[in-house]
Parts: sequence; structure tokens; C-alpha cells
Amino acid sequence: MAVLVNKDTKVIVQGITGGQGTFHSAAMLEYGTKIIAGVTPGKAGEEVNGIPVFDSVKEAKEAKGANASIIFVPAPFAGDAALEAIAADLNPVVLITEHVPVKDEIRVIHAAKAKGITVIGPNTPGIITPGAKQKVGIMPGHVFSHGDVGLMSRSGTLTYEIAAGMTNAGIGISTAIGLGGDPCVGLTTIEAVKLFKGDNDTKALVLVGEIGGDAEERAAAYIRKEYDLPVVGFIAGRTAPPGKRMGHAGAIISGSSGTAAAKIKALNDAGIAVADKPSDVARLLREAM
Amino acid sequence: MKLFEHEAKDIFRAFKMPTPPGGMAKTPKEASERAAEVGKPVVVKAMVLAGKRGKAGGVKFVDTPQEAEKAAEEILKMRINDLPVEAVLIEEKLDIAQEIYAGITIDRNERKYVVIGSAAGGMSIEELAEESPEKIIKMHVDPSLGFQPYEARQMAIAMGFKGKQINQLGSFFLTLWQIVEAYDVELTEINPLILTKDGRFFAADARLNIDDNSLYRHKAIIEKLKREPVEQNERERLATDNDMAYVELDGNIACICNGAGLTMATLDAVSLYGGEASTFLDLGGGADAERVEKGIEIALMYPNVKAILVNIMGGITRCDEVAKGILAAKKDGDITAPMVIRMVGTNEEEGQEILNKAGIPFLKTMEEAAQKVVELAKEVS
Repeated sequence: MAVLVNKDTKVIVQGITGGQGTFHSAAMLEYGTKIIAGVTPGKAGEEVNGIPVFDSVKEAKEAKGANASIIFVPAPFAGDAALEAIAADLNPVVLITEHVPVKDEIRVIHAAKAKGITVIGPNTPGIITPGAKQKVGIMPGHVFSHGDVGLMSRSGTLTYEIAAGMTNAGIGISTAIGLGGDPCVGLTTIEAVKLFKGDNDTKALVLVGEIGGDAEERAAAYIRKEYDLPVVGFIAGRTAPPGKRMGHAGAIISGSSGTAAAKIKALNDAGIAVADKPSDVARLLREAM
Repeated sequence: MKLFEHEAKDIFRAFKMPTPPGGMAKTPKEASERAAEVGKPVVVKAMVLAGKRGKAGGVKFVDTPQEAEKAAEEILKMRINDLPVEAVLIEEKLDIAQEIYAGITIDRNERKYVVIGSAAGGMSIEELAEESPEKIIKMHVDPSLGFQPYEARQMAIAMGFKGKQINQLGSFFLTLWQIVEAYDVELTEINPLILTKDGRFFAADARLNIDDNSLYRHKAIIEKLKREPVEQNERERLATDNDMAYVELDGNIACICNGAGLTMATLDAVSLYGGEASTFLDLGGGADAERVEKGIEIALMYPNVKAILVNIMGGITRCDEVAKGILAAKKDGDITAPMVIRMVGTNEEEGQEILNKAGIPFLKTMEEAAQKVVELAKEVS
């Protein structure tokens, strides 16, 4: 069954007429994603890649029966777009946009929480379920193969790197989730672990973390107590100096917290093998499974 | 964007929060004038965006305008945390009964703002949290309701204050919250917030960081500050202007990659094989040839680069564009150090063909590439 995205997922693309929206809706269609409508206020009646465009999420949903959203709207308007998707009960809402103000993120995350809706991101590559041929995101589909390992990550290209390594080693993925590189994101690492725990098709996990915050430590504590299947970890930023933001807004070591060493220790303490290099993830998975 | 103490206090005062009497000075003479206006013993403080300035000698207490002038002269010559001191703040020296901590920041696990207070102010909140966590009062802000006056009073009560002080101190928390809301603040602190012997509260220090992602909606305040939001050197500014993430490090291997996570992992791999990176350069998503060439150019402007590692995992970035960018950089003679290329993903074959034709070697895995570039850097140096 995989998590959050499966064969029944029907997607609305918000911001479909923009450069990113147009490019990635074509790429998603090519991969197999069921995109049924696009939204750009004021552009109803147009078509992008053969997909009909509506003025609002509400109209698009009523006309086409969508149940999920992916958002490519520029940062100043992304929070509003997400609230619109949440108001229309779309679930999950995948917020690709980078540089969304944190105040807007907080508002969106809690509006979603109140309705039991999962927000993925912002600043995420999205989510992919290879077995259902559905990706709600911007990742290159061909590096992800179908299988029974759940993958979650705070970064984009590093996720592709690890997924490609797994694919080359003959290990497939049930669902891969990009959690997003910002300090505040909707779906957290620990919540992702819980989702995979409830999925019968996921037999092992790969947890890709990076410096900043303590999401990995929290997930490790949960895994130690509640998750019995094999887990392999990777943490980026072992050599990052404190106080410097390493690209992602969330990847910054402040004071004594958020270091790679602390995260690796927490994972090891929970019985999770942590790879030294991305290419070691597949080997460690083999050993653990 | 981090504000200087005097800039933050201008905002505090605009919200009617009491700060000690005084003002900013850019020269020793101005410092003496400010001290004369105060007419009492003053403190002379370095205006610099760095912590621990007191320990570095950037804060001096003096009794007369003449002494203030001399203290300012010394402080204005200082560099603190490698940053020049361009101004000093002269303020009345308060008669301290108690030092208090008050702040608001974001709890990234709860995804909520959190209001923090302690009756034991003065030291950093990290130290305080380590040494006496029970002395820190925290209250999360309801995302739909915001922070309420009764909650501000509860903070003061929980911190041990009584009588009219509950409202007096509570109003500082409430004002901080109003400022957080008005300016998209991601961190603000008053440490110390001083209670004087005659029973008045003052924000004696001020820290205010505005969320960089929100700056587009605070243009008026930035214009008023008459300075760039972030101090950057030429290379950093070039990278920012080209939407690249760029961090300078102490090593000699320039790492140019796509994606923050992959760039960090590449730095780690270089270190694993005994090398050290000079730069973290994330080209971002979907870099075209021109951007790749620019990235190489910026990374090589940094002195001490002995070797270059280009590591690309093509998703929305296309390998043929990357190859074209590398070729262009080579043609222009920009590449002044040996280079190792690893490039896979979208349009891999097209990209590799371009490099093959130009006789530029490349590797298939980032581990091989990291190992190779470390060897090259060692040979050169």
C-alpha cells in the first residue's frame, strides 16, 4: 500500500502555469502520476500539458475529484496556496516552494494539523511511490525502484544519490518522502517513521538526516522503543562548522545542539547502523535485512 | 537578518518599551556628547553582530564624558570575532537590583513560537538551560490565537514576580510578541532585562533577528537602516546574486555540487579520505551551463584552492548543461587547479559524451571522485 501516495492519488498542481509548474507537471505525467487539474487564479479555461486549469482549488476539486495537491507557487504566495488546499481537504499537500517565511509555515502546519491533513515540506523534493508509478514531486523517477524499504530524508539530491545506490544494489523502495530542508516542516521525521510503521508493505527504513535541530534524535528514541524492523541511517554534515548555515535553512549547528556526532550517537544507541558514505547505505541494509 | 543592538532598540522604543537613556555614536567625540546628554555614569558598548562582546572587552563603564570619549576611541579600534566595530552605544549605567532574561524564538519540533523567561538573566540561555533548567519558564504560543496578555502576566508570575511588577514585566513579553508578529522575527532576546533598585524595568540589551525569507515584506524597515541586510565579502555576494549557497571553509578543495544535502555529504566524503574542503558551493536546482561556469569561477576566487571537485546528481539539473558549463570555464581559462568531475543522473550520456569529446575525464561514483581529488590536492601542495 505504501504511505500517503498510492494508485488512488489524484493530484491538483497549484501554480501549474508557471515555469516550474509547467515543467514538473509534464515530468510527473510522464512518470505516471495522475494529475487531473491545475490551478492558477485568473487562468481558468487554459490548458497546460493537456491538463485543464481552474481559478481555485475548490472549483478544480469539484470538477475533477482530486484528493492531493502539489504547490509550485512563489514563496510570498505559497502559504496562501497551502491554506487553500487545506480548506479543500486535499491530503497530502506537498509544498515544493523554497524560502517560505517561517511565520507562514507555522500557520499552514497548524491549520493542516487541526484537520488531520499531512503537509509535506516546504522546501521538499516531494514524495514518490514507485510501485504505484506516482510521484508528487520533482525527483527523477528513474532512480527509484519498487520494493519494500521506506526512505525519508531532509534533502533532495542526497535522497536521489542514496535511492540510486539502492536501485543499483537491487533494493527497492515502498515510498520515499522528502521532508524538507527548513527548520519548520509539516511532516516530521518521527511522524514519517510512524506512518511507515503502519504500512504492511514497508519492511525496513532508511533515515537520511542532516545537521540542525534534533528531529533525528527524537526519531531514534521512538525507533528504539516502538519500531522493530531494520533501520539504516545516514547523516550529512559531519564536517560542517558550527554557526554556518549549510545551504538549507534548517542545516545549522547552534550552540552544542544539532551536530552530526550527536545524531549519529543517538541513532547508534537505538541500534541503527549509520553509513559513513551514501554508497554504504545499500550494503548496511543488506546486512540488517 | 541580524539587527544591531541600537537598531533593535529603535524598534523596541517605537513599541513603547523602556530602554536606558542614551544614544549611538560613530566617533569618540560623538560618544562624549552622548555621555554629556545622559549626564550620569554611562556604559559604552561596541555595536557588533557577535556574542560575547563583553568578554572581548567591548563593554566599558565610565563616569564622565571625557572617559566615555577615551573608552569609545579604544572600542572603535577593536575587531570582535573578526568583525570591525563601526559604532558604540552610550547608555546610562543602571543601578541594578536584578538581571532578567526575556525572549521569543521558534521551537522547530513543536512548530510554534515559544516565549522564554528567567529571573536569572545575564548569562546565555544555553548556559542557563544547562546549569539550571528549572529556572527557565517557557510558554508555547497558540498559532491561531497568538500570545495573550494573561499569558504575559503568567510568565511574570511563574518567574516569581509579585504586585504591580506582574504587569510591568508582563508588558515586556507582550511587546516582544507584537514585534515578532510585526517584523517576522525568528529570534529576539532581552538579556539582561534590568530591574533597577528604584523598581523600574529596562531592556538593557537587545537582540533581534528577522527571518531572511520574509525580508520582501519589510522593505521599509530595511531602507531605514541604510545598510545591506547581511555583511558579505565579494565572493559571497556574487554567490547570493546568482542564487547559490556558498560557505567558505579552511581547506583547499573546492566542492561544487547541486543540493545542500549532497554538498554536505561531499564535504564529508572528502574529509573521510583525508582532505579538507575550501568551499561549500551548492549550485541549486536546475543549474544551466552559465551557472555552472559562474559557480566554478566563484569557488576559484577563494585563495588556497589546490583542487576542484564537481559532484552532480542530476535531477532537475541536466548533465549536458553541467558539461557545457565545465567546458566554457575551461575555455575561458578559469580553471587554475586540477579538477575531478563526477556526474550522473538526468541526461548523463549526453553530458559524458561532451566531456569525452573534450578529453575531460570523469568518474561514476562520489566516493571515487572524493578519493581522487584528495590525492590531487596532496600532489599539488
